[in-house]
Amino acid sequence: MLDPVCKAADERMPEGAAIIRFENVSKRFGPLVVFNNLSLDIPADETLVVMGPSGVGKSVLLKLIVGLLRPDSGEIYFHGCRIDTLSEGELEPIRKRFGFLFQMGALFDSMTVGENVSFPLRQQGIRSDAHIRDVVHEKLSVVGLEGIEQKMPGDLSGGQRKRVALARAIAMNPEVVLYDEPTTGLDPIRSDVINELILKLKEELKVTGIVVTHDMTSAFKVADHIVMLLDGKIIARGTSDEIRTCKDERVCRFIHGRASEEDLKALHRM
Amino acid sequence: MSAIEKDNSPTEPGWSPLDPITTMGSSIYNAIQGLGDFGRFLGSILHWCFRGPTRMGWRDMMTQMYEMGTRSIPVVMLTGAFIGAVLAIEAYPQFQALGFASRLGSVVVVSVVKQIGPVLTAVMLAGRVGGAMTAELGTMKVTEQVDALRAMAADPIRTLAVPRFLACVLMTPVLTVFSDIIGAIGGWLIAVKVEGVNNYHFWHYASQATDLFTINTGLIKSFFFGVAIASIACYKGFRSGSGAQGVGRACTESFVASFVVILVMNFFLATMLNNIYNIYWPSQAPLF
Ligand SMILES: Nc1ncnc2c1ncn2[C@@H]1O[C@H](COP(=O)(O)OP(=O)(O)O)[C@@H](O)[C@H]1O
Ligand SMILES: [Mg+2]
Repeated sequence: MLDPVCKAADERMPEGAAIIRFENVSKRFGPLVVFNNLSLDIPADETLVVMGPSGVGKSVLLKLIVGLLRPDSGEIYFHGCRIDTLSEGELEPIRKRFGFLFQMGALFDSMTVGENVSFPLRQQGIRSDAHIRDVVHEKLSVVGLEGIEQKMPGDLSGGQRKRVALARAIAMNPEVVLYDEPTTGLDPIRSDVINELILKLKEELKVTGIVVTHDMTSAFKVADHIVMLLDGKIIARGTSDEIRTCKDERVCRFIHGRASEEDLKALHRM
Repeated sequence: MSAIEKDNSPTEPGWSPLDPITTMGSSIYNAIQGLGDFGRFLGSILHWCFRGPTRMGWRDMMTQMYEMGTRSIPVVMLTGAFIGAVLAIEAYPQFQALGFASRLGSVVVVSVVKQIGPVLTAVMLAGRVGGAMTAELGTMKVTEQVDALRAMAADPIRTLAVPRFLACVLMTPVLTVFSDIIGAIGGWLIAVKVEGVNNYHFWHYASQATDLFTINTGLIKSFFFGVAIASIACYKGFRSGSGAQGVGRACTESFVASFVVILVMNFFLATMLNNIYNIYWPSQAPLF
């Protein structure tokens, strides 16, 4: 099950330790500092919700985990094995254990919906067309979109595209799923279906989930733990209840959706 | 220019007499780095070509061959015909004045097969195919589809660039053959049907001048043009800047770069192949 890159380190990993660990990770784009010495442990078999204002680097955080972006300094571990220094080729077996729902879906627009969802299956060497067809059908019905295999992504609405992307992300039953704003752009009922799906994946398939979201209903429903990012740092971390009753003013304002005086200053000057 | 302006105000904060040299140095550095980056990119395309495309890659390659090849035939033939015809129109009076009008076939056909056919086809493809390739890959990059491939453990160069590269490299010589044939026919129409050159003489001299080496010269060149078009187009697509503007700029750069590279490469390949000819057949210097 475990790939050779990780084996040695993995055997030394203590029980119940973090599946993903960030140690003093810094990331900048030119002059823009996104993370400054960020350390974070992500526990296995649980769902971690990452929240924070737009542009704080939530999507960057997810991309760092699978090596789509590399940290400028610091270390990232998966199952106790350091992955930020691996080459693209060495990362492949690790990436196959992840499912990634991109914020904008990132569906391949030259392929049909069916081909999109079956892409990870074919990529991992599954040849049987009948089996692939069954899996595609199953995953699409899980997200409430059965029977649209032949459509092109360009013909779908934003919310439908997001759900197809989610079906693609979970097609291979990955060990870890990274959800970048899974409920943004969906109606409340659909959102709740997605929340239930995230819970079900965790309970039945022991999927570790990392959910980036602004949707507080969804956050409190799916989260085992919540972290809040602000200005490149984690300003709060705890269980849903701990965050809900958190005294920190910035967290409070975020979860109740109240802008601060400073945020409104420009408005008042108008 | 800016160096002289700055010379008059040496008190300007942060100014140093080394600035122009620094600027020049950094642009040279960037140019060399870009070339190195391109070299690595081409290297990994070739690496994956030898490992072979994926199963999906083969299917993609067929689609691309249809898009690039079959659908380019009309435009390549149209331009080829007119170039052949215009060559005959210009050459006829010159040859007629010397009394060599019957040899018109050789000059028209050899020019088309060796030079104009391959270059014209390559330029048409750089515009029609290279531009589309850059736009497609650039859009895939800015909409995170390339990241999605990587996240699913698919190498973007292997999955996207290799099928396009192989299709382009195979189809460029094939299209060149179409362009050559139609170019020769265009020249024949003008020379024989309009100017009244003897039909037998036209084809006799044409076939005499067009030996196997001449044909191979054209095809070898078009093979390298195919390599240049596809690798530049894919490279520019993958390195495209963000947004619609970034993709647009990448397309322009891709076309301009391919165009320049095709013409420069044509010169060097022509020289090299003529030298090879002279080494093996020293007595019969080629006509062009
Ligand atoms: N590839 C990139 N190049 C340059 N800047 C980037 C890149 N990706 C993200 N950024 C910047 O990093 C910051 C965080 O982005 P992101 O993680 O997408 O925010 P969010 O928390 O809304 O998901 C933004 O200011 C964005 O402009
Ligand atoms: Mg984001």
